Amino acid sequence: MIGEGTQSTNQRRHNYVQENVEVGFFTDPTVCIGCKACEVACKEWNQVPDDGFVWSGNSYDNTGRLGASTWRHVLFLEQDRQKGGQIVGSHFPGSSDEEDPFRWVFLSDVCKHCEEAGCLEACPTGSIVRTEVGSVFVQNDVCNGCGYCVVSCPFGVIDRRPEPLPDAGGAFKCTFCYDRQKSGLVPACAKVCPTESILFGRLDDLRARATQRVQELQARGHKDQQLYDPTETSVRGIHAFFLILGEPEAYGLPPNPQVPTIYLKSAWTAAFATAIASIIAMLVAFAFFS
Amino acid sequence: MTTNSPSEERLEQLREKALQEGVVPGRGVDVVGGPIPRKPGYYGQPVVKPPVWTWEVPLYFFFGGMGGMSAVIALGAVLFQHVDLARTAMWVAAIGGAILSPILLIMDLGRPHLFLNMLRVFKHRSAMSMGAWILSAFGACAVPGLIALELHSHQIFSGTLDQLLRLAAGIFIFGSAIFGTLLATYTGVLIGATAIPAWFLHRILLPIHFGTAGLGSAAGVLELLGHRIAALNFLGFYAAGVESVLLIWLSVDKHGAADRAIHEHGSGWLIRIGEIFTGPLALVLRLFGLVPLAAISFLIGALVSRFGWIAVGKVSGSDPESVFAAERC
Repeated sequence: MIGEGTQSTNQRRHNYVQENVEVGFFTDPTVCIGCKACEVACKEWNQVPDDGFVWSGNSYDNTGRLGASTWRHVLFLEQDRQKGGQIVGSHFPGSSDEEDPFRWVFLSDVCKHCEEAGCLEACPTGSIVRTEVGSVFVQNDVCNGCGYCVVSCPFGVIDRRPEPLPDAGGAFKCTFCYDRQKSGLVPACAKVCPTESILFGRLDDLRARATQRVQELQARGHKDQQLYDPTETSVRGIHAFFLILGEPEAYGLPPNPQVPTIYLKSAWTAAFATAIASIIAMLVAFAFFS
Repeated sequence: MTTNSPSEERLEQLREKALQEGVVPGRGVDVVGGPIPRKPGYYGQPVVKPPVWTWEVPLYFFFGGMGGMSAVIALGAVLFQHVDLARTAMWVAAIGGAILSPILLIMDLGRPHLFLNMLRVFKHRSAMSMGAWILSAFGACAVPGLIALELHSHQIFSGTLDQLLRLAAGIFIFGSAIFGTLLATYTGVLIGATAIPAWFLHRILLPIHFGTAGLGSAAGVLELLGHRIAALNFLGFYAAGVESVLLIWLSVDKHGAADRAIHEHGSGWLIRIGEIFTGPLALVLRLFGLVPLAAISFLIGALVSRFGWIAVGKVSGSDPESVFAAERC
């Protein structure tokens, strides 16, 4: 945290991988300044190709969304405070001396590293694995690019990298800087975050701090802050969780994400029933109509 | 309003509409920095990722379904002594399910040379993993089954060896039929158990539809190859009847914005055309005794509908409102 200096969990070395400690990211938009240092640090450390130089016109966000070559993404929300909906472009400044009804929110989005991860369950090659620290990791040399993880992620994070980019054809997403963590280093994005909006540390510590932060904001008179950590759904919580202002929809976050494996039972039941019905139909056809 | 020019008036109308409905769809109305913003979610960005699959996958669904169910018909033909039909059906099974299907599946991979990594693990909680194993098992049954059947029916060998071939053909064709039913239906589970709203909302319908479309396609293609027998006609009736019921199911079981990709857009038209060609049209043509036309209608419908369901996934996956609607209700 700010003020802890080199003792902050974002700075000091650790042995989380060796000690099998569950770690996480807690991202707090109320202190984010939208500098995108996390995006840059991620790209540099992980040597991720550029994601296009597109002028989106959506506030200061020219990154768009998470994908195969975008592992950190700073969201820029221009929010109408009364309605909680999203506004693009300007309002009429100076129209009255009331409180400014708009706010500008920045939030650094990332792979959520779900407790029950859709991509990991879906992967048919065993390329996607769970690490010692609880993160979800794609082994690039094993992935054959079937694309099933892409449609199985309830957060739309992982994607297949298209030609002609380097390592094209494989699925990519945030690695939680597993390579850095193995050497006791903090993930690159958290390391460079100048305001410690991205906090890295033990998951239980972070959850406690997040609850404390929500109470702090409440005490200061803020109203619509909440933690985004879907522990109540089949995803059973995420390792990279967020404090958000307003509704999750405005951040492009699913309000009630589910891991798709919960649909397997009913779908397979229908499949087996169809298989049996087809065999019966075939037997009837040949027994009575030939 | 400063002037009375038509463009200003139009802008006012759009502002009104934006205020009332929150969102104004259409070209040119979401001008950057304009007063009519309000794309759903975060600047209208998709919440889940649409499938990256291209034309190979729906074609694989089509040939896999046809080949798999053709093996079921081959089993019936063997059991009830229709040797010629059994041979043709096993050819369709082997070419469709054991040759074309793996080729298409491998072509769709981002890294086709790593295809064998599919067989590194066996994960019953991954429909893709199960599918890879089902396809492999089917191929391992259908090809030897076909070879044994052909050797036996041409009487290449005699005596004990021929009897052994007959036994082997029976066992392999039985295996092909079992794995064939799974090959034809698992594809519905594959796309039904995903995060794409229009798919997972219809996860029960999808395996029924894919399996039945496979059975009807197999019967249809065998009829077109010259096997005009009552048993295949019955299977054609059965498949078209089930598909007609599914058409009704799909038009009754609507989920509003969550599965609008099935009822709107180009993807909706593909689904509709597919369902009508496999369902009512094929049924009516068969009732009038126009068997070849019914078979062609069913095959076209089965093919179009596979492309339709992948298109639905792309539309639904790109539509943030469909995800919100599916999760909020």
